[in-house]
Amino acid sequence: MAVRPPEGTLWNAKVLEPLFNPDCDPACQDTPALVYIDADLRPHGVTRREFCEAVVRIAWGLSEDAVRSGGCREDKDPLLIAHPSALSSIFAFWAGIVLNALPSMFPTQTDKIDKAIYQHNMRQLALHSHARGVFTDRAFGEYLGGVMPCPMLDEVDILAHAAGHTFEGLRDGFMGDVQPPAPECYAFLQHSSGTTGLQKGVALSHGSVLNQLSHYADALGLDPSSDVIVSWLPLYHDMGLIAGFMLPLVTGVPLVLMSPFDWVAHPAMLLRAITDYHGTLCWLPNFAYNHMARRVRAPELEGVDLSGVRAFINCSEPVRADSHAAFVRRFEPVGARMDQLAVSYAMAENTFAVAQTPVGEAAHQDMIDRDALQRDGRAIPVDAAHPRGAAQVSCGRPIAGTQVKIVRDDGAQADERQVGEVVVRSDCMLSGYYRRDDLVAFDSEGWYRTGDRGYMAAGEVYIVGRSKDLIITAGKNIFPQDIEDAAYGVEGVHPGRAVAFGVQDQREGTELIALVVEIDPEHDHEAERKRIFGDLKRRIASQTEVTVSYVTLVARGWLIKTTSGKAARGANRDKWLAQQATDGE
Amino acid sequence: MQEAEVRAKLRAFITKELIRNASYPLDDAEGVCSSGLIDSFALAEIGVFAEQEFGVYIPDPDLTVAKMDTLNLMVARILRDNR
Repeated sequence: MAVRPPEGTLWNAKVLEPLFNPDCDPACQDTPALVYIDADLRPHGVTRREFCEAVVRIAWGLSEDAVRSGGCREDKDPLLIAHPSALSSIFAFWAGIVLNALPSMFPTQTDKIDKAIYQHNMRQLALHSHARGVFTDRAFGEYLGGVMPCPMLDEVDILAHAAGHTFEGLRDGFMGDVQPPAPECYAFLQHSSGTTGLQKGVALSHGSVLNQLSHYADALGLDPSSDVIVSWLPLYHDMGLIAGFMLPLVTGVPLVLMSPFDWVAHPAMLLRAITDYHGTLCWLPNFAYNHMARRVRAPELEGVDLSGVRAFINCSEPVRADSHAAFVRRFEPVGARMDQLAVSYAMAENTFAVAQTPVGEAAHQDMIDRDALQRDGRAIPVDAAHPRGAAQVSCGRPIAGTQVKIVRDDGAQADERQVGEVVVRSDCMLSGYYRRDDLVAFDSEGWYRTGDRGYMAAGEVYIVGRSKDLIITAGKNIFPQDIEDAAYGVEGVHPGRAVAFGVQDQREGTELIALVVEIDPEHDHEAERKRIFGDLKRRIASQTEVTVSYVTLVARGWLIKTTSGKAARGANRDKWLAQQATDGE
Repeated sequence: MQEAEVRAKLRAFITKELIRNASYPLDDAEGVCSSGLIDSFALAEIGVFAEQEFGVYIPDPDLTVAKMDTLNLMVARILRDNR
């Protein structure tokens, strides 16, 4: 007998229907769940039935090997997923949900990142989260195995357990032994990048995830009969995991996926996929608009048609009006329009979306006085032609179930158009940081402090900056300390003599990372400067997986220090920008 | 176009626009993509530059780190179609 999925849990996801409903008709079974487009642009289609079969086979193997079913919060079995194949990772993630364990996606090693650093990060993640195992393939398992505190769960071995079983047998037999989930219990963990992010797993309950998806689907006017979501976003990031993965699979909207590495080298493949599969919704960080506008080549636009897209949704880094304008200018001949360019404000702690602009309308632009914003923390409206005018792009209104408040530095609620810290309260909030009782996610009234600075005007949220030193480059959050710590490992660079900061770049539509490093006089000659320059670029890329765009070597005494002897980021950034402007004249 | 001219134009483009240090002494066989000297946007950027500057369209299967990692590899690929 098939198991009935408990109300309010992810077992009710449309993609799992064939697993829980034996009467699911052929149309339900054969409905496409997703299409994965590989590096050679070959599509791999998966129906819901095939999806469920792949998922339940892995779930059965995991249960036989190491991962227990059941529990609710910290007593659940965490399962890390780090598999080189995107489809295998996807099936394993849902196997974790079907088994009622606690899955978490993690990137596999790339060419860029240093092996020892990657292994160290994975080991720390497994230790912090008390992982029961890492789902992976044989080669990657051997690569990681020696250093990990938990078993490597090789896909081939896991699938071998279910070799003699039919889908129906597993559905009606094995699933009866699985402990069903409850709405208030954790469904999965999300980790953000960087040394700090890895130690802070965002624990999301089934109820929170479903509340978010339901409210967000309403905000978008999502229609499973006509919408198609196309995404290149990584699945270990909230935008990729929730908007570009959970939303379509839970609501039954077809999904077309590709790898972020393939897309960044070949940006036109996204436009081709939108055309071929009649994509209607696509989430992108701001830099992606510039990347495609600048780097899609003319022959690649032949036959491309973007006119059926309902919305490209800009999210995950500060939205720039000029990026939207550049995108429409470049792709207008193939159907791009301003009314397709929507914006969302989102964070993993709220599962995903906090606010969303209406689909089918260009996001509002608020022309404000830049000086008044910096001087008084007020967003004073001015005419478009005003010499100090700056266009702020709206993030829209809070979605249903989410409240947004702006709080001044003295703790009082800000007035309309007054800048303060954005705080959020909702019915789709994280349950807490996994096994981190020392981190309090929200205050006694349930408000979560985002660290973002912004203002409200006519009910819409505008984000103007960050409270912390965080750099957001190409949609990735980077702590400058991680960059500086990596720099100190280069011979000739001493602790305390490097400063990293973000620099807004109009051409790329994102913050680029700049690093200023003081070097000693004995290293200040051409051969040594080349070595230190190259070593810094390589070492930082291999340790943090981001590229520093500007490396500037300066003599001792250049950096401005605070009274406590630390390098002052803001002051050094201003000094560096002033010097760049002078050098450019 | 002569090899020396292609090489000089590419070298100037890579050091100024991608490494963002015009005086960087880039070796012909130095890995630029794999080493973190340039960022992940750069492959697509090189594709655009090859088309605009030399009139050579490099299809996606050839626009990979393995095939475009050094100045020597890039020059050879561009000259193959620019005769």
